[in-house]
Amino acid sequence: MPDGHPFLEVKDLKVHFPTDDGVVRSVDGLSFKLERGRTLGIVGESGSGKSVTSLGIMGLYNKRNADVSGEIWLDGDELVNAGSETVRKLRGDKMAMIFQDPLSSMHPYYTIGRQIIEAYRVHHKVSKQVARKHAVDMLGRVGIPQPDRRVDDYPHQFSGGMRQRAMIAMALVNDPQLLIADEPTTALDVTVQAQILDLMHDLQSEFNSALIVITHDLGVVAELADDVLVMYGGRCVEFGGATTIFERPEHPYTWGLLGSMPRMDRPNLDRLIPIPGLPPSLINLPSGCAFHPRCRFEPRTGGLGSTVRPELVRAGGSNHLVRCHLPTEERQRIWAEEVKPELEA
Amino acid sequence: MSEQGDALLKVRGLEKHFPITKGVLRRQVGAVRAVDGIDFEVYRGETLGLVGESGCGKSTTGKLLTRLIEPTGGSIELDGRDIAHLRQGQLRPLRRDMQMIFQDPFSSLNPRHTVGTIVGAPFRIQNVKTEHGVKRAVQDLLKLVGLNPEHYNRYPHEFSGGQRQRIGIARTLALRPKLIVADEPVSALDVSIQAQVVNLLEDLQNEFGLTYVFIAHDLSVVRHISDRVAVMYLGKVVEIADRETLYANPRHPYTVALLSAVPVPDPARRDRAQRNRVLLTGDVPSPINPPSGCRFRTRCWKAQEICATEEPPLVPRLDDPASHQTACHFPVVEGEEVAGRTPATTSA
Ligand SMILES: Nc1ncnc2c1ncn2[C@@H]1O[C@H](COP(=O)(O)OP(=O)(O)OP(=O)(O)O)[C@@H](O)[C@H]1O
Ligand SMILES: Nc1ncnc2c1ncn2[C@@H]1O[C@H](COP(=O)(O)OP(=O)(O)OP(=O)(O)O)[C@@H](O)[C@H]1O
Ligand code: SF4
Ligand code: SF4
Ligand SMILES: [Mg+2]
Ligand SMILES: [Mg+2]
Repeated sequence: MPDGHPFLEVKDLKVHFPTDDGVVRSVDGLSFKLERGRTLGIVGESGSGKSVTSLGIMGLYNKRNADVSGEIWLDGDELVNAGSETVRKLRGDKMAMIFQDPLSSMHPYYTIGRQIIEAYRVHHKVSKQVARKHAVDMLGRVGIPQPDRRVDDYPHQFSGGMRQRAMIAMALVNDPQLLIADEPTTALDVTVQAQILDLMHDLQSEFNSALIVITHDLGVVAELADDVLVMYGGRCVEFGGATTIFERPEHPYTWGLLGSMPRMDRPNLDRLIPIPGLPPSLINLPSGCAFHPRCRFEPRTGGLGSTVRPELVRAGGSNHLVRCHLPTEERQRIWAEEVKPELEA
Repeated sequence: MSEQGDALLKVRGLEKHFPITKGVLRRQVGAVRAVDGIDFEVYRGETLGLVGESGCGKSTTGKLLTRLIEPTGGSIELDGRDIAHLRQGQLRPLRRDMQMIFQDPFSSLNPRHTVGTIVGAPFRIQNVKTEHGVKRAVQDLLKLVGLNPEHYNRYPHEFSGGQRQRIGIARTLALRPKLIVADEPVSALDVSIQAQVVNLLEDLQNEFGLTYVFIAHDLSVVRHISDRVAVMYLGKVVEIADRETLYANPRHPYTVALLSAVPVPDPARRDRAQRNRVLLTGDVPSPINPPSGCRFRTRCWKAQEICATEEPPLVPRLDDPASHQTACHFPVVEGEEVAGRTPATTSA
């Protein structure tokens, strides 16, 4: 970067939805940075604000039903306070998104080819023929067999996995520098998933793009992400390099997440260990630490957990942040001596 | 696990071909051979995992087993009685014994009905008398699946995804079925809620001796919950074995490819995982015109001439016991190099 700014910087992002029951604080003060060529994995409970964050970055909320505040810097442009026209230009060109549900984000009445061609021509002044060639090319690159024939198919003629690949082709048609993939492989079987992960990895190295991958699948995160952001109740509760998060996590919620997942690389457990309790209400977040009603280490914070909101502070790893009152040494000790042995038992 | 031989369900030559029609006269011009001749048993009290590529016929198989659809051919014996072609009236009493749980906790519950109405529906439809009234029975079911019985009058949108999946399970359990086919019951849930639902299914199985057919893409979850696993490819069962055997010693090239593709939640092994993956190349065949002989041959690195001419039967291969059957002329041997790679093994 010429001016020393990171490629993408999100600062104190808030996305609040006023509703009849009260204000839903879906994202409440989120900050992170991402450079080109790097991949950020975002994980967290269902409803923790992952999709809202990405839609917020893409500028897909209008001011009438959402309060968006904070700053989003993309390659020197600030997006939160920019006009909708500016953000619209950047979208599909400099940044693109693969949505959680491929069926609802493709138009059922237009052929796959037509949708990709139009996405391309919005940002490139080329003839239809040239754009079509590009579309066929792109479908071939995402692994659609016989792309020159399948380009004229409608979405319903594609299987789930093919639709997902077509979505990816559409998102990539303008070589975006920032790609956000929201649960890109959830509906796919593992062989197709593996192809798509490899594809995203290859395209990223080819175009040196910045990639944000949102997923419930910690295996996918471990394979793709350089850094991992763990969200809980609309906030970041832990951030760090992938190795740090998987090998030396320090937040009790992250521990719970790792513990609830069955793993093929370990002996089979008799019983999975879910995190007890229910997800928090985003209208009335619990006092103090939002995770405290479900945290078995809360008693060790001497009452702080239920009364004082912890800040995001430096933790043991390099570039490692955690939102928890326990002292770093104590968290490291609990992980190494209590939690990790439990998970590996 | 139950003893082999005590089959609750026995499937032979099961087929479902969906007609493809053309023109106003709806003339049949072909068929999607979604399930194309499969044989297996489901033993009483066990969990049979069903895995395979998207579109290979898993959901169709599940709907056939629970007779939500009628097979084109073959037989389905439930407790020794062939139910493959029973008419609706004859099926009604059997519906109590077989239930299906669907993937989507959001769309499978009617948003305009209260939880009480939803979970109580099977009693009303089947006209079942309950000892202390339907309300009491429903509240007991809610308690059983870990929901608050006071939520009787709430609507689905007031619940989280995991809670909604529990509501669906409570409804499924209302009539104490013998067999539950669960089609991707945890795919839409995050790992913590998924763990809750998996534990609940296991508890209920222990308590009521339920038999499950568990369909899923997530092979780690399937390994956790299943006693045996059947792998399907393009309308056929290509391999079936008990859980440990299948994961530790897969024989069918497709099973090997499938297992090698599971992402491992360990960044330290990322490069190795990517290297070990068997990528399937070649044409993805269509269930309308499946390849002759072995259906996997268009993507198989071991294919030879015989694979195109002779369909491999599902039988024990090499020195495998009768319980481990593979439909392949050239089964993979332990430690064999596959597609130029050494296979990634897992600890079962
Ligand atoms: N337009 C809206 N109005 C009100 N609340 C909303 C709106 N959009 C999202 N929410 C709420 O914001 C919270 C965060 O939603 P979000 O979709 O970001 O979750 P998520 O982390 O992506 O979950 P999942 O893993 O299930 O996809 C949820 O509680 C959701 O109900
Ligand atoms: N009602 C129908 N009419 C025509 N074809 C159908 C019908 N239902 C399913 N099929 C086809 O039958 C095949 C098997 O479908 P099925 O839904 O059983 O697959 P699946 O293994 O459950 O896949 P997934 O993992 O994607 O859910 C597919 O090719 C599908 O397109
Ligand atoms: S601050 Fe307290 S309640 Fe919150 S995660 Fe840390 S130990 Fe648990
Ligand atoms: S029968 Fe032949 S083509 Fe089929 S899986 Fe075995 S080796 Fe491959
Ligand atoms: Mg989401
Ligand atoms: Mg299915």
